[in-house]
Amino acid sequence: MYLKGENISFGYKKDNLILKDVDIALESGEVLGLMGDSGSGKSTLCKILSGYVPNYQGTISIDGKKISSKGYNPVQLIFQHPEKAVNPKWKMKDILNEGYLVPQTILDSFGIKKSWLNRWPNELSGGELQRFALARALSPNTKFLIADEITTMVDAITQAQIWDIVLDIVEKLNIGVLVVSHDKTLINKLCYDVISLADINKV
Amino acid sequence: MGEKTEIYSGIRQKTEALLKIKDMSLSFIQYTSGLRQTELKVISGLSMEAHKGEILAVVGSSGSGKSLLAHAILGILPSNAKLEGKMEYCACTLTQEKKEELRGKELALIPQSTTYLDPLMRISDQVIGSVEEENEGLRKKLQRKIFRKYDLKPEVERMFPHELSGGMTRRVLVSTAVISSAKLIIADEPTPGLDDKTLKETLSYFRDMANNGCAVILITHDIEAALKISDKIAIFYAGTILEVANVEDFKNDGEYLRHPYTRALWNALPQNKFQAIKGHQPMQDEVTDGCIFYERCSKKTEFCSKGFPNLKRVNGGLVRCNNVS
Repeated sequence: MYLKGENISFGYKKDNLILKDVDIALESGEVLGLMGDSGSGKSTLCKILSGYVPNYQGTISIDGKKISSKGYNPVQLIFQHPEKAVNPKWKMKDILNEGYLVPQTILDSFGIKKSWLNRWPNELSGGELQRFALARALSPNTKFLIADEITTMVDAITQAQIWDIVLDIVEKLNIGVLVVSHDKTLINKLCYDVISLADINKV
Repeated sequence: MGEKTEIYSGIRQKTEALLKIKDMSLSFIQYTSGLRQTELKVISGLSMEAHKGEILAVVGSSGSGKSLLAHAILGILPSNAKLEGKMEYCACTLTQEKKEELRGKELALIPQSTTYLDPLMRISDQVIGSVEEENEGLRKKLQRKIFRKYDLKPEVERMFPHELSGGMTRRVLVSTAVISSAKLIIADEPTPGLDDKTLKETLSYFRDMANNGCAVILITHDIEAALKISDKIAIFYAGTILEVANVEDFKNDGEYLRHPYTRALWNALPQNKFQAIKGHQPMQDEVTDGCIFYERCSKKTEFCSKGFPNLKRVNGGLVRCNNVS
């Protein structure tokens, strides 16, 4: 299965394109790295691939088929700041099970404790929230995971823990992962292939 | 107290300590149900010193309470906070009144993100801050000089925060500290999400400040960034400092490091072993009798489950662990 973005162009202002004719392809089970300077449009590309930005030019498709804007999106985006991706007025168990009922096996592998489920988001640290964000995104319907700087805000041990778990789960579920990071050594450790946004962006 | 001062005096001391903190603890009073109150301890038994001309990095994971340390030094804690312990600045006790008097002048904070800038205020006004009218011209000149130094174009002066890129915002935030001619600078997570070039640049600003005689406290979770520019690294875990190490101690497999947590942190870096240890940092309400790292420690003994070890001097650094000597 392939997730393909073809001729993607986008600008927040009409006369100022951030992305121009970007082509990108991600295969099931592949772990692909994406690097680029700050402000080069990495996060924008991530949002476009996962359906958060509607008014782009070009096509996003999975095996040639356009992704429906209705129902569960098989392309799931994980953000850098998990505290901005959860509803502050919901308890963690509701946040966790919003998309699907997360099985105990996934909770165990992420080390999510029962006592955390009754907490509010502001009672957990960033690393713990990010585990929730990942657990709720790894449903059986997820085919591709876009990881936009997901461990930039956590310490080195938590980073190693999180990637250990994620790589294990995506391998089992045959999910393709796009790893966006500034950290070259991290990308080299995780990915078979690395692309630089500057090389595929024709701005 | 006397004992701790002695411990500190053994560490290499090129310059005098500008800020001394002894046995600081911080808790929050919270209402649980009705009128019932509980006290949530977030920092306990913390001692540290910041020296002129040096960068002290305080490295810890998110939720360890490191930002609160910055807020405690500046006196900007919320009203339900209870702060205990001793704080000295230039050998004078640092009281709340003193903090209020000094902050923005001698004490400066470089906050983490754009959200600390006023979204409706032009950049130059924010950098200059509130000054008497007669001084305004002078400050304006100074601001222009600083902007030139940090490669911020004259147009930036008239811009609003949302028009800046991440790197520019960082430079603006640094400018606010530089213009205040502060002696103690506390930078709270100044580096995440910066690309290599901007990261190096930002770090070099802090090095410059230290070289000009400031004491810099760099609060971060990014140990790599800290190692690039700091003189000493304080490892912060679950509300206290487990180790103060010299930068040179971080090499090879971490055999020169004193605490098992520091070693685990070092070995978890992608360029080292990328190896994770199990478990997570205990939460504030998970009270333990013994060492705070007991659950995750590979070297724990029966003795470690009773009583939290004191900071002691080992090989030119400090450590809180029973199993090193």
